Amino acid sequence: MAAFVVRRILVNIVVFILIGIGVFLLVRAAPGDPVRMMIRPEDLQEGSEGFIQARRAELGLDDPVLVQYGRWFLDAVTGDLGSSFISREPVSGLLLERLGPTVLLMSTALGIALLIAIPLGTIAAVRRNTGVDYAAAALSLGVISVPSFFLGIVAIYLFSLQLGWLPSSGMSTPGGGGGADILEHLIMPAAILGLAAAGPLTRYVRGSLIDELSADYVRTAEAKGGSPVRVVGRHALRNSLIPLITIVMINIPQMLAGAVVLEQVFAWPGMGQLAVRAVNTQDYPVIVGFALYVAALVLICNLLADLAYAVVDPRVKVT
Amino acid sequence: MSDLRPSLDTPDVAAAEVAVAVDAAGGGPRSGRRSPRAMAARRFRRNRVAVGGAIFLVLILVVAVFAPLIANHSPYAVDLGAIRQPPSGDHWLGTDASGRDVFARLVYAARVSLLVGVAAALLAVVVGTLVGAVAGLFGGWIDTLLMRTADMMLSFPNIVVVIVLAGLLGPSIPILVIAIAAAEWPTAARLVRGVTLAVREREYLHAARVAGASRGWLLRKHIVPAAMGQIVVVGTISVAGAILSEAVLSFLGLGVQPPQASWGNMLNDAQSLTVIQSMPWLWLPPGLAIAATVLSVNFVGDGLRDAVDPRQSGRS
Repeated sequence: MAAFVVRRILVNIVVFILIGIGVFLLVRAAPGDPVRMMIRPEDLQEGSEGFIQARRAELGLDDPVLVQYGRWFLDAVTGDLGSSFISREPVSGLLLERLGPTVLLMSTALGIALLIAIPLGTIAAVRRNTGVDYAAAALSLGVISVPSFFLGIVAIYLFSLQLGWLPSSGMSTPGGGGGADILEHLIMPAAILGLAAAGPLTRYVRGSLIDELSADYVRTAEAKGGSPVRVVGRHALRNSLIPLITIVMINIPQMLAGAVVLEQVFAWPGMGQLAVRAVNTQDYPVIVGFALYVAALVLICNLLADLAYAVVDPRVKVT
Repeated sequence: MSDLRPSLDTPDVAAAEVAVAVDAAGGGPRSGRRSPRAMAARRFRRNRVAVGGAIFLVLILVVAVFAPLIANHSPYAVDLGAIRQPPSGDHWLGTDASGRDVFARLVYAARVSLLVGVAAALLAVVVGTLVGAVAGLFGGWIDTLLMRTADMMLSFPNIVVVIVLAGLLGPSIPILVIAIAAAEWPTAARLVRGVTLAVREREYLHAARVAGASRGWLLRKHIVPAAMGQIVVVGTISVAGAILSEAVLSFLGLGVQPPQASWGNMLNDAQSLTVIQSMPWLWLPPGLAIAATVLSVNFVGDGLRDAVDPRQSGRS
């Protein structure tokens, strides 16, 4: 087991380094000179060419690509991702202060998704080919077909502007605050993000439970007189939920993509909003920082998915 | 990326084997009368939801092709004297912030959105088929490398990939298409690899190999035909994903750039509360167009899956 964990971690580190090289090369391929990017256009006067050359040398931009990469990578792993071209603040700090809101949004959404998916998937599996099952299928298909940002706009129109129940944007009321206030701001984006994630999860729970229900031990439990609730709840459902941990882990990066979009719609001050703003202002260091952050998240989720599967289900042979 | 996950290979290969077996049985001399393709077409026609989706898509396609005949205005004609007008007899869906006709933009946007969606899906399927077949035919470390890369790409959210690409290289339609395809190809690759592994051990393939067939020949004459039904299904579902990705990215301002209209960038205006509150004609039509189109594509995709391989039906 220990050898397995170590090997998976090493593989993931190698992959992370490869991604780092990819991102680095992309930045190099991007149009525009980084020094010119850092200087405000209004400060750019005639005769500043010499200054730019000096800055280039000072920043090491004239060194061989490999040397530049090595330096950049060492900085990056020690947490120094450079400074934003726009606000001049260090990128790692910018990302870190955005991490909390994004984690709050995603974890609430994940909770909502599971609260929808497990009961709905269970009922759909037990009552196969009935109205409930068809409704669950329609819901899964619906939420993957309707873009979440459009749902967000519709929700703002209905619940904020027409009914006035919920605030339309931000994370808290300026001047106000407190937990209840944040909760009110959280409901709409988290519910929509959760709904989008619930679609595939419901399908998964249903399919997995149907497989379990045809297993021998279920027939045995029924033959021994177990009530349907007991057979499903204590036997089949438990087993069918084991792989769900893996599926959830795999879905987290996809949820992050959904969060990026919804943060934009609801002006939620998370990492996605930061990234979209950085792209629109060509703030390269922030974009790179965001890319590396996401890459790390994806790799960690993949690793946890592998490990969780091995830990939860002892039948899985570690190789 | 996993040694442990509910093995990603096994279901693929098993499903592919079933599909290949169905094809072989259907095409054999004994069942005779109907070809597998005709049987699939028959099953598809019986599926009313799928047929409804197909009809809607044909309608959208006609609208996109004949856009200049349908729209009564130019989608680019700016009229600063008539900005944000509500729907009227002249402007059926009103005008936007620059006084452009929303209906005309909606109709022309269908062209861009469908084009990006289909182009990205096509690119993804072609790349995925090649990669999957190479992985399956060569095996060994090539297989491991290609499939690990596919798993990796699959776990990266494509929106983030496009944000990074568009952010660093500048947004444009080709980058949009490539980035969406980059996120979609692994599904096709995994499928075709599964079929390749299933077909590889069959007698006719051994026979072809003994007769001196090259790998390219095997790919063209045996593997692609065996996988074709499922490739079409995966391709169709990729179109739905690609249209959605285009919409999201253009909404964020990273995809199709104005003045060219796409359904996604028409919704870009709807980031202000005033617009959401009092000008629903600006955001409701493009949003509904995206939802209806993607839903139809998914209906058709599900219908095709059931038609091509009834045993793999989602309604088991």
